[in-house]
Amino acid sequence: MNRRKLIEERFFKLLSSIASYSLIAILAFIIVIIFVKGFHALTFDMVIKAPKGGFYYGGEGGVLNAILGSLYIAGGASIIAIGIGMPAALYINVNLVRHHALQNTIRYFLDALWGIPSIVYGAFGFTLMLYLGMNASLLAGIITVALLITPIMIRTFDEVLCTIPKGLLESSLALGSTNTETAFRVMFKQGFSGFITAILLAFGRGIGDAASVLFTAGYTDLIPVNLDEPAATLPLSIFFQLSSPIPEVRERAFASAAILTLIILVISLTARALSKKYSKSNLQ
Amino acid sequence: MPNRRIFIDKISQGWMIASLATILLLPVIIGLALYMKANPLLEQQSLSTLLFSSEWLPSQGKFGFWPFIAGSLYVTLLAFIFAAPVCLFAAIHLTQFASKKLIRWMYPVIDILAGLPSVIYGVWGILVIVHFISDILAPFFNTSSSGYSILAGGIVLTVMCIPYMLNMLIEVFNTVPIGLKEASLSLGSSYWESVKHVVVRKSFPGIISAFGLGIAKAFGETIAVMMVVGNQVKVSGNPFDAGYPLPALIANNYGEMLSIPMYDSALMFAAFLLLVIILSINLIFRYLIHKTTRK
Amino acid sequence: MFTDVEMCEKPDVVSTPYGSTSILRIRNLNVFTEDHHILKDINLDIPKNKITVLLGPSGCGKTTLLKCMNKLTDLYQELKVSGNIFIDEDDVLHSNSNIPAIRQKMGLLSQRPYPLPMSIFKNVAYGIKLQGVKNKSLIAETVERNLREVGLWEEVKDRLHSPGASLSIGQQQRLCLARGLAVKPWIILADEPTSALDPISSKIIEDLFRNLKQKYTIILVTHILRQAVRLADHVVFMNFGEIIEQGKPMELFKNPSTKQLKEYLVDGN
Repeated sequence: MNRRKLIEERFFKLLSSIASYSLIAILAFIIVIIFVKGFHALTFDMVIKAPKGGFYYGGEGGVLNAILGSLYIAGGASIIAIGIGMPAALYINVNLVRHHALQNTIRYFLDALWGIPSIVYGAFGFTLMLYLGMNASLLAGIITVALLITPIMIRTFDEVLCTIPKGLLESSLALGSTNTETAFRVMFKQGFSGFITAILLAFGRGIGDAASVLFTAGYTDLIPVNLDEPAATLPLSIFFQLSSPIPEVRERAFASAAILTLIILVISLTARALSKKYSKSNLQ
Repeated sequence: MPNRRIFIDKISQGWMIASLATILLLPVIIGLALYMKANPLLEQQSLSTLLFSSEWLPSQGKFGFWPFIAGSLYVTLLAFIFAAPVCLFAAIHLTQFASKKLIRWMYPVIDILAGLPSVIYGVWGILVIVHFISDILAPFFNTSSSGYSILAGGIVLTVMCIPYMLNMLIEVFNTVPIGLKEASLSLGSSYWESVKHVVVRKSFPGIISAFGLGIAKAFGETIAVMMVVGNQVKVSGNPFDAGYPLPALIANNYGEMLSIPMYDSALMFAAFLLLVIILSINLIFRYLIHKTTRK
Repeated sequence: MFTDVEMCEKPDVVSTPYGSTSILRIRNLNVFTEDHHILKDINLDIPKNKITVLLGPSGCGKTTLLKCMNKLTDLYQELKVSGNIFIDEDDVLHSNSNIPAIRQKMGLLSQRPYPLPMSIFKNVAYGIKLQGVKNKSLIAETVERNLREVGLWEEVKDRLHSPGASLSIGQQQRLCLARGLAVKPWIILADEPTSALDPISSKIIEDLFRNLKQKYTIILVTHILRQAVRLADHVVFMNFGEIIEQGKPMELFKNPSTKQLKEYLVDGN
C-alpha cells in the first residue's frame, strides 16, 4: 500500500470516528445543559403543585397540571393506539403471511405515515374537533396524539413480529388454532418484547409532542378530571413559560424541561431493559 | 369446533381488518379534511399567488406564503448541509470500523437523541445556540444578530435530524453483503477504498433516500425551530436574520385563526401544503429504501 | 381459490397390503408455483397404524406433500393446490371453515422444534384447552400422560412452569411431539424431525416412533435412507414431484424396479 493510500485511509477513519463520537458528545452536552440549568430552579413545589394565581408572573405554584395532563394524554392515546395498533400488526403477520407483496406495501405506507409531521396531525385534529362540535379538551388531545403514535406503534411491534419464524405459526395452526388464537396466544406472546418497546416508544412520543396538542388539548392551570375538560401538557407549559419576559418564570421553564427530559430518559431506558428481559425469556 | 370459537375468530378478524384499514386510510382522510378547509382560500386566489407572493397581510385578505416557504426551505437546507456529512461518516464508522462495544453504547445514544421531545431541543437551542450566535458567531462575521435566527433554527434542526438519518443509513449500509467487501479487499484495495468504492456506491440509492427523508423530517419540524428562529415575516438571504418557517406559522397563529376571515383557511392550506410535500417525499424515498433493504 | 373443485366420488375404503385400512387418501393432488409443477398427480393411500416414509432427494416435493395434508400450504401464496385429500369423511383441501378441527387430527413435528412461547405445561395443555377442556385435573393428567409417553416427564416434572424454550433442543422436539399427541391426533406428520438433533436425541425420537405406531399413524419425511430402512413399514419414493415407487421397504430396496430408485440407493449409501 502506498503512502497516499495510507494517509487517506487514516484520515477518513479518523474523520468517521470523530463523527460518531461527536454524537455521544452532543447528547451529553444537551442533557448536561438541561439538567444543570433545570435542577438549579427545580423545587419540590414544581412537581406537587398546580399553578397558583400569578404563576406566570413569578407567583407560587408548580407544573403538576402539565405533568398530569401529559401523562393522561399520552396514557389515553397509548390505550387507543394499542387497540388499533396491536391487532393491525398481528393481522399483518398472521393473516397476511402468505401475501408477501401486500405485507411489504403496507409496511411501506406505514413508514411513510410515520414521516407526517405532528403539526399536520394537530391541524387535522383541530378540523376534526370542529367537525364533531367538540371543544379543545383532554379527549380531543388524546385522539389526536393517538393518531400520531399508532403508526409508530404498529411498525415497532411489527419489526419484532416479522422476525418470528414461520415454523411457529405452522406449529400453532397444526395444533388446530384459529388465526385469532394463533395471533393472540402465540404470536403476541412470542413478540411480547416488541409490544412493550412499541408501547413505551409510543408513550414517550405522546408525552413529548407539543405541536399536535397545541390546537386540540387547550391549556389550563387546573388538573383535568374529565375527558371534556381542557388539559395542559408539559411541552406546552415549557413553551409558554419560556415566552415570559420574567426571569423566574423562565427559570421554571428550564426546571420543567429537566422534568420532561427525566421522564423521557426513564421511559427510554425502561424500554431497553424490558425488551431485553422479555426477549431473553421468550426466545432462546 | 365449537361455534363460540368460530364466532370469536370472526369478530376479532373484523376488528383487526378495521384497525388496519383505518390507519392506512388516515393520510387520505387527513388530506381531504385539510383540503376542504383550505378550499375557500383556493377558490379566491390562484395557487401561484398563494405560493409565490410575499405579501402577508391577513387582515387585508392577502396571503402570500412565499416568506414562509422560503424560511422553511432555508432552515431545512442549512440543517441538511450540516447533518448529512456527520451522518454519513458516523454511519460508515459504526457499520464498518467501530468495535462491538462502541456499537452497544451508540444504539441507546441514538435512541435517546431520537426520543428527546422537540421542545427540549428548543430549550437547548435557546440556552446554547442562540447565545453562541449572538455573542460569538455574529461578531466574528462582523454583523450583529439577536441570535434568534435562521442559522439557529438550522443548527437545532441539524441535531434533531441526525439520529433520524443515521438510523436509516446504518440500516442501508448493513444490507451491503460482506462478500462484496471481501471481494474488493482481496483485489488489493485498502479498507477505506472498499468502503468508498463498494459500500457507498452499492448503497447509493439508500443514502439518497435517507437524506431525502431527513429533509422531509426537518421540513415539518415545528416547536424547536419556532423557539429559536425569530419568527419575522420577511425573505432574507442572511442566515443571521430571523425567519418564519411554515410549521411555525401554523403553530404561532392558531389562536387568532377564527377571528380573521379566511385566516383559518390559510393556516389549513399551510398544513395541507406541509402534508403534501412531506408525504410525497416520504413515499418516493421510502420506496427506494424498501427496494434496497428488503432484499 | 380452488377453481377446479372436482368433488370426485368418495373412494371406497381401500384396503392396503398391510391388512389395515387406509386412513388418509390423496387423490389427483397437484401443486404448482408460478413456473414449477411441484407435485404431479399424487395418488396415495396412507395405511393406518404404520409408519409411512416419504423418501427422496431434497427438493423432490416431499415436504410440500406433507404440508398439503394439513393445509399449511395456505401460508404460502405461491403454491396453487388442486385435488383432494380425504381424512375420514372430510376433504382437507376443500373444507375451509372446519380446518382447525381437521388439523387437530394431525400432529405436526417440524424440522426444528418450535415450542410455543409459554411454559412446558401450557405447551402441552394448549391444544386440549382449545378443544374446550376446562377441568384442571383432567388437563394436568393429560399433560402428564403425554409427557410420559415421550419420556420427558421425569426430566421436566420439577420445572413444568419454566418456558418451553428453556429445554435442550432434543427435549424441545419431544415436547413438541407431546404437544401434538395431547390433542389425540390420528396421524403424526413428521418433517425430518431429527435433522436438527444430536444422535442420542435422534435415537430417542426413532424409538418413540416405533412405539407410537401402535396407536397412531405416522408419516415421516426423510432424505436419510438408513432412517427409512430402520423405521418404515411402507416406503414412498419420490423424485421431481412424482411418486416413483412405493412398497414394503425390504422388497423395495432389494429389488428397485426403476432406474431412479436404483441410482438413489447407490448414491444414498
